[in-house]
Amino acid sequence: MAMLSFEKKYRVRGGTLVGGDLFDFWVGPFYVGFFGVTTMFFSVLGTALILYGAAIGPTWNIWQISIAPPDLKYGLALAPLKEGGLWQIITVCAVGAFVSWALREVEICRKLGIGYHVPFAFAFAILAYVSLVVVRPLLLGAWGHGFPYGIISHLDWVSNTGYQYLHFHYNPAHMIAVTFFFTTTLALAMHGGLVLSAVNPRKGEAVKTPDHENAFFRDTIGYSIGTLGIHRLGLFLAINASFWSAVCIVISGPFWTRGWPEWWNWWLSLPIWS
Amino acid sequence: MKTAFRIAVALGAVFTVFMVIGVFIAGWERPPMVSKQIGYRGLGMEQITNPRLAGKTLASNQVPELIDPAPPGGRPAREAYTNVQVLGDLTEDQFNRIMVAITAWVSPEQGCGYCHNLENLADDVPHKVVARRMFQMTKHLNQDWTTHVAQTGVTCYTCHRGKPLPAGIWFPGDRDGPAKGMAGYDGGQNHPSPAAALASLPLDPFTGVLDGTGEARVVGKTALPTGKGIGASIQKTEHTYALMMHISNALGVNCTYCHNSRAFLAWDQSVPTRATAFYGIRMVRYLNNNFLTPLRPAYEPARLGPQGQAPQLNCVTCHHGQPKPLGGAQMLKDYPELNAAILTPVPGAGPAPAPASQ
Repeated sequence: MAMLSFEKKYRVRGGTLVGGDLFDFWVGPFYVGFFGVTTMFFSVLGTALILYGAAIGPTWNIWQISIAPPDLKYGLALAPLKEGGLWQIITVCAVGAFVSWALREVEICRKLGIGYHVPFAFAFAILAYVSLVVVRPLLLGAWGHGFPYGIISHLDWVSNTGYQYLHFHYNPAHMIAVTFFFTTTLALAMHGGLVLSAVNPRKGEAVKTPDHENAFFRDTIGYSIGTLGIHRLGLFLAINASFWSAVCIVISGPFWTRGWPEWWNWWLSLPIWS
Repeated sequence: MKTAFRIAVALGAVFTVFMVIGVFIAGWERPPMVSKQIGYRGLGMEQITNPRLAGKTLASNQVPELIDPAPPGGRPAREAYTNVQVLGDLTEDQFNRIMVAITAWVSPEQGCGYCHNLENLADDVPHKVVARRMFQMTKHLNQDWTTHVAQTGVTCYTCHRGKPLPAGIWFPGDRDGPAKGMAGYDGGQNHPSPAAALASLPLDPFTGVLDGTGEARVVGKTALPTGKGIGASIQKTEHTYALMMHISNALGVNCTYCHNSRAFLAWDQSVPTRATAFYGIRMVRYLNNNFLTPLRPAYEPARLGPQGQAPQLNCVTCHHGQPKPLGGAQMLKDYPELNAAILTPVPGAGPAPAPASQ
């Protein structure tokens, strides 16, 4: 990809978090950096281990390949490679790759002199993953509480783990998380729709500006959040979706072992109506 | 605009205050927990229990003190006493031992007079008719339902726990209460259902399955409905779900104790405990249909339901929140007298039980 004329100005050395000038260069359009190398290392190793796990497993059916965590009996210790040890190493690789990617984003932000909003947002996705395979297993005392790496098998885990609490939709944090997920998609769809509507006027009319976008929402609901505000809202909704989904799984087991409907007993026994 | 905004903020504040209160009074638990793996690793089939919560129910789930065994020998009870119809094969000492036991297990506060006319112990008063039938039920359970009670069996104490009325009593059709004001008929749902672990599921998941002849069936055998009225309705599905919630709650376990939730119906993917539960549902239904419902004439009116129904039992009645009643204690083997009850018909207690159909 050819470099645009102004890019040279921003492609400067320095601003790295560790290692000084080590790997502080670009390959084509991509910034490498120390964390680019560690991202590559962890992701290649992890993917190779998944392929190895598939090779020693019973199937090459893409839907059914599964790298399962160890039995609960191994607790927080290392398990034999073919009995969950592979899952443990792949988990280390995954966390290493995700965190490296976030730090690479930080370095790019520093070079450009912009805020850390993108790595900050990505950190919430990492938080959700780490909650599932590190924090909750640690709190419950066994790596076997993590989910298996497989397309169908991780869904089986989700289903059974939900049914461990009889009716997971009564999990209050799950309620909040689901609400944020839906609201995120709603906001994104309305934002995308609004922008496209402004730049796609009917034949013969000029392309419209944010003035029209604002007017549309003021006419519709009496309020427009504005061009900058919609992106603040989007970031807020999206990181909350990740955050509350992390909360909802961490509290399931370590901080609540019974059916989630029973949690609402406090509501039923409020002195207002009981 | 401003007023609407203020109202919205006020409502939001009230909601937030409620939620904050809820978070503080909800009775959260804390690690460390005890977990047990049921299925293949990573499948999420496991029981996670709080060892500090288990202690709270422990007292009621203790086996009562052993009553000294009867000395061997002696004349049969049917010769020692008059009008002994069910326990006549016991010796006199065994018979008295069992009378002491049932008093301690069922009516410790009320004493012998709960079932007997103290002026004439041989008198057939209503509670005595019920007690006779209960001896037969216990024997029948231990003899014909080993598919559910295995060799552990049951005693009077398994259900009664020192109380004349066991836990978990329900009345068939009880959900059809009177209409409630403007809200009208609620269809027996849309409230927290104690029978279904407080989920908003049918209030009475028992009628028709734990009595009568109904089955707990949800999953269709075809991908899509093949015609009107084929396959389970939403209501039927929710009834089954509620019944399953009841079983979970009664046993203090979660759904994966019996099922792999990826295919609830598939026996080849289920845990063997599911077979025990399958027979348990049939056992409860059989006991309700053949022992408890026919006893209706022998109950005093206060014992009957709002529409005069005889009380029925469910899973809580024996299990009391444990996977195995009394923690799986082998209590029956200390009371072999219970297996000597005679299963011939008892006057005033309905017809003799038919052979168990499983």
